[in-house]
Amino acid sequence: MSCIQTIADYGLRSIGIGERLLPRADFTLCQQFTLIGSGMIWNIYFGLLALVFGFFLATAVALGKGSRHWLIRKPSEWFIFLFRGSPLFIQFFFAYFSFLSLKSVHPLFDPLSAAWLGALIVLFLNTSAYSAEIFFGALKSIPRGDLEAADAYGFTGWHRFRKITWPTMLRLAWPAYTNEAIFLFHATTLVFFSGFPAWQQRGDALYYASYFADKTFNPFIPYPILAFFFILLTLTVIGIYGQVNKRLNRHLPEARRRRLKIRPNLIR
Amino acid sequence: MFESCADPSLLSGFDWLSCYLTTGKHMGFYVSFGVVLLLLAVVVPFALLFGFAGAAASRARFWPISILGKAYSSIVRGVPDIAFFLFFVIALDQMFEYTRHRILCPDWAEPVRQGNDFVVCDAAKLPLNASPQWVHETYGFFLAVLTFAIVYGAFTAQVLYGAMRAVPHAQIETAEAYGMSHTQAFWRILVPQMWVYALPGLGNLWMILIKATPLLFLLGIEDIVYWARELGGTKSAKFSAYPHGDWRMYYFGALLVFYLSLTWVSEKVLDRLMRRLSRGQATAAGDAMRKVAP
Repeated sequence: MSCIQTIADYGLRSIGIGERLLPRADFTLCQQFTLIGSGMIWNIYFGLLALVFGFFLATAVALGKGSRHWLIRKPSEWFIFLFRGSPLFIQFFFAYFSFLSLKSVHPLFDPLSAAWLGALIVLFLNTSAYSAEIFFGALKSIPRGDLEAADAYGFTGWHRFRKITWPTMLRLAWPAYTNEAIFLFHATTLVFFSGFPAWQQRGDALYYASYFADKTFNPFIPYPILAFFFILLTLTVIGIYGQVNKRLNRHLPEARRRRLKIRPNLIR
Repeated sequence: MFESCADPSLLSGFDWLSCYLTTGKHMGFYVSFGVVLLLLAVVVPFALLFGFAGAAASRARFWPISILGKAYSSIVRGVPDIAFFLFFVIALDQMFEYTRHRILCPDWAEPVRQGNDFVVCDAAKLPLNASPQWVHETYGFFLAVLTFAIVYGAFTAQVLYGAMRAVPHAQIETAEAYGMSHTQAFWRILVPQMWVYALPGLGNLWMILIKATPLLFLLGIEDIVYWARELGGTKSAKFSAYPHGDWRMYYFGALLVFYLSLTWVSEKVLDRLMRRLSRGQATAAGDAMRKVAP
C-alpha cells in the first residue's frame, strides 16, 4: 500500500472519515505519521476553541478579581484558586463523572459526557482561570500615569476600558499569555487519558502514539513523531502570538518593546 | 475493622458509612495518599540534582557539554510532559533490561526486537519473574521516580540556570580578583547566592510537581486516581458487602479537595520562606522589608 493511499485512508481517521479499522500489525512509518497527525486535529480543536472562548471569560474574571466590591471579587478569586490549585487531570475525572451522573437526570445532558463538549468545557474553564491570573497581574501593573492621563482627557467607563486599560493590559500580559497558550495545547493531550472515552477509537495525537507504542512495544518511533508534530504546533503558536505581540506594541519605540520570552513554567 | 461491622447489611446511616470507610480496600486508598507524598519527597532531591547538573553543564566552557546541558533543559519546552512520561517508562525499562541482557546473557543469539516483541533472556528480566509482588511494585515506583526526576529536572535546570545568571557578575569578578579559581568561585560565591533568585521559580515548580502527581496513574502505579476509580465504581450486593451506586464523582471530589488543600498550604509556606530568605538581601523584596521596618 502506497503512502498516498495511507494518507487518504487515515488522514481524517480521528474525525471518523476514511478507513474504519486501525492497522493491527506490520505498522509502517507512514501509517504512524498519518494517524498521529490525524489525531492532532483534536488537539488543535480543543486548544483553539478553549483559547478563543477562554479569552473573554478570562478578561471578565480578571476584572472581577480587581473589583473593589467583595461580592464580585470573592467568586473570581475562588474560581481562579479552584482551577489553578488542582491538577487538570483530576478536574477532567471529576467533570466526567459529574457529567455522567447528570446524564441520568435528563437526556439533554448527553453530549456533556462526550469528549468534544465535556472536555472542551473543562479546558475552557481551566485556561480561563490561568489566563485570568495573568491578566490580573497585568492589570495591576498598568502604569498609573496611563490611567491618570486617560482621566485627564475625560475618558470614563467603557470608553476608558476599551481604549486605555484593556490594550495596555493585553500588551503587558502577552508574553505570559503566549506561554499559557502553548501549555494549553500540551494539556489537550490529557483528554483521552482521563475518563473521556475515545468513541470508535477517534482519539488525539497522544492517543494514537500510545496505541502504537502499546502494540509494537517500541516507544522510540511513535513518541518522537508526536514530539515532531507538537514542536511544529508550538512554533506556529509562537509565530502567531509574536505577530499579535508586534501589533500590540507597534506604538512603542523599538527599545521599550517587550520581547516574547518562552518559558516552560506552566503545566497543570 | 470495628466489632459492629460484622454484618453491614444491618447497618444504616452514619454507622454504615463509618464501617464502609474503614474496609481493607479503603485502607489501601488512604495509604496511596502516603504514596503521593512519598513520591514528592523522593522526587524533589533527585530533580534538584538533575537540574543542578543540567544548569552547571549549560554554563560549561567546554561547548559539547554546554550544548548537552542546554538541549536537556530545553527539550521539555515544545513537547507535552505526558508524552515524556509515557515514553520514559517504557524506554527506561527497556534500557535497563537490555543492559542486563548484554551483561548476563552474552551468548544469546536471537535479536532483542522480534517483530512487535521485546525479548530478553529470563535472567535479565526486571524484576525477575520469581520476585514477590512488592519487588514488582517497588520497581514500578522506582521507574516513576526516575521519570519524574528526569522531566522535572529539566524544568529545574532552567530555573537554576536563570538564577545563576541573576547573581550579580561583580560578585564573581571580586572572587576571582581575590585569587579564587573558577571552580572555587562557583561553589563558594555563586551557589550560595543563587538560591534567593531561584526560590520563586522553584516554588512554582513545586506547585507544578504537586499537580503532576496524579500522572502516576498513567505510569501504572496504584495511586489515588486508581483507587478512586476502583472504589467509586458501582458495587452490586452480589460482589460487595457495601453495595452502592456510581460514587466516582464524590471520590474525585475528595481528591480535588485534597489537592486544593495541598497547594493552599504550600502557597502559605512558600510565602513565608520567601520573606525569610529575602531579609537583608539586595533585592526589591529585601529593600521593601527594610523600608517597612521602623
